[in-house]
Amino acid sequence: MHIAKDLVAASATPLVLGILAEGESYGYAIIKQVKELSDGRIEWTDGLLYPLLHRLERLGYVESTWRASAGERRRKYYRITDRGKAELAAQQAQWATVIETLRGVWRDTPPGMIAHPLPEVST
Amino acid sequence: MSTAYDKEIEDQIAEWRAYMHKHRALHDTDGDELEDHLRDQIADLTQAGLRADESFLIAVKRLGSLDELSREFAREHSERLWKQLVLASEPDPTKTSGRRHDFFVMLGCAVAAAIGIKIPAIFGLDWSNDSDVAVYIRNFSLFALVPLAAYFVWQRRVRGAVLGVLSGLFILGAVAANVYPLAVDSQSTVLTAIHLPLALWLVVGLAYTAGNWRSVRHRMDFIRFTGEWLIYFVLIAFGGGVLTGLAAGIFYPIGIDIEPFIESWLLPCGAVGAVVVAGWLVEAKQSVIENMAPVLTQLFTPLFAATLLAFLVAVLWTSAGLDVDRDVLIIFDLLLVVVLGLLLYAISARDPAKDPGLFDRLQVVLVASALAIDTIVLLAITGRITEWGFTPNKLAALGENVILLANLAWTCWLLVNFLGRRIPFIHLERWQTSYLTVYAAWAWTVVLIFPPVFNFA
Repeated sequence: MHIAKDLVAASATPLVLGILAEGESYGYAIIKQVKELSDGRIEWTDGLLYPLLHRLERLGYVESTWRASAGERRRKYYRITDRGKAELAAQQAQWATVIETLRGVWRDTPPGMIAHPLPEVST
Repeated sequence: MSTAYDKEIEDQIAEWRAYMHKHRALHDTDGDELEDHLRDQIADLTQAGLRADESFLIAVKRLGSLDELSREFAREHSERLWKQLVLASEPDPTKTSGRRHDFFVMLGCAVAAAIGIKIPAIFGLDWSNDSDVAVYIRNFSLFALVPLAAYFVWQRRVRGAVLGVLSGLFILGAVAANVYPLAVDSQSTVLTAIHLPLALWLVVGLAYTAGNWRSVRHRMDFIRFTGEWLIYFVLIAFGGGVLTGLAAGIFYPIGIDIEPFIESWLLPCGAVGAVVVAGWLVEAKQSVIENMAPVLTQLFTPLFAATLLAFLVAVLWTSAGLDVDRDVLIIFDLLLVVVLGLLLYAISARDPAKDPGLFDRLQVVLVASALAIDTIVLLAITGRITEWGFTPNKLAALGENVILLANLAWTCWLLVNFLGRRIPFIHLERWQTSYLTVYAAWAWTVVLIFPPVFNFA
């Protein structure tokens, strides 16, 4: 299944913050985790995660440190801050509202049963 | 066998890094981070059974095109973008023609400014005539800044509502400068002459940001622009001074007195033209001056901090009451402006992601001592101000002092919190950029409301 670009972009911040809320991580591991959690259905252009991480850092949602664990390469680890946790909670509430609303609208028409597919919105 | 493979991969990664190095929006640490990602990906793919060179190709592909990456990094780190706006444009035929076009538009705006300042002369208003000079004093900023704004309107392709607001504000400025019956020697004339440029400069900011006026980043870019424009303008003014001095000197021996020409043509036309040229230079040569402004800030921040501390010690040591006369407030206003300038420049040149360091501590010292000094001055002066009564000058000077003091006090608080790692640096940026609105509101108040309130005194 292909997921629209806009949707992937919108969900990137809560996904990253959510993963970091479970513990410190680094770029490659975050992407791997997203792939696993979504069974490979959410695909990012890998490199674009990094500008996003830097933005979150500038906004104070995450902190980063360069560290080399024994016998490994130097690596940049990201950790969520209290501010980031608050932002995550806010985004969770927003997503919950969206999901709830969608459920309400689609209650009687499960996916695939909509008679007329919605016209594709150009972006 | 495996070592040959390794070497091949290492070569390919090194080549990839070299290619990345050309993209100036990507710093070396970003490169390190991306390389780490690439190596992880290659390792995983190789483990899954792919050959090393195949893994490399797939890993690079998944990372995304470097152009796209570089664009995203540049968007996120606009303080870097600032440096390479021009450098990044390598000799590319379409771009150089664009830049030449840009140059001619700038030239057009500068010439228009030079012609504009001579238009009142057609109507018999003489620059060197004492009774007419007030017209020039009040309108100078209009002659200089309208062409500069016009240049940005063209360059940024400003259209529609923003263009309407821009014209509206300039017209408002023109009305304020010319409709009120202000005498040449009145305080209100001087106040308008000082505050109208400030108000209109922020209107230029509207053109500079092409209407993205609410964005913190764009406002910060405009603050950077302001500082660098000032440096260029001062340099051009120095050069112009040398030129006119020499010109007057070499024409003198052959019996030609060019002083009238200098006074009524070269000086006014050159000055308004230089405003536009300096603006264009900042845009075109960003990387040149970029290295200078932060250096100047770093040089003078400790010096000013030391001077202010010495003054504080002297005040406490001699326990001398400040001899506050009427002009003293203006000097301290200027002091706060300089301190704020040093601060703004340091903020605009700083990498927001960097941890607080020694220089940030120095800034706290600078700001805190300026605050202490100004509080002493304000306390000394409030008693006397009722005694003198309010004149436009005093109210303006006092208002500015309070506005700057409020800004610095909150900045000091934010800096201390930033040093304690309780808030990210962006809060400082946000505070300074939102405060621009206060300056604009105050400048327009002085220009529009002060004269009628004080009966055009």
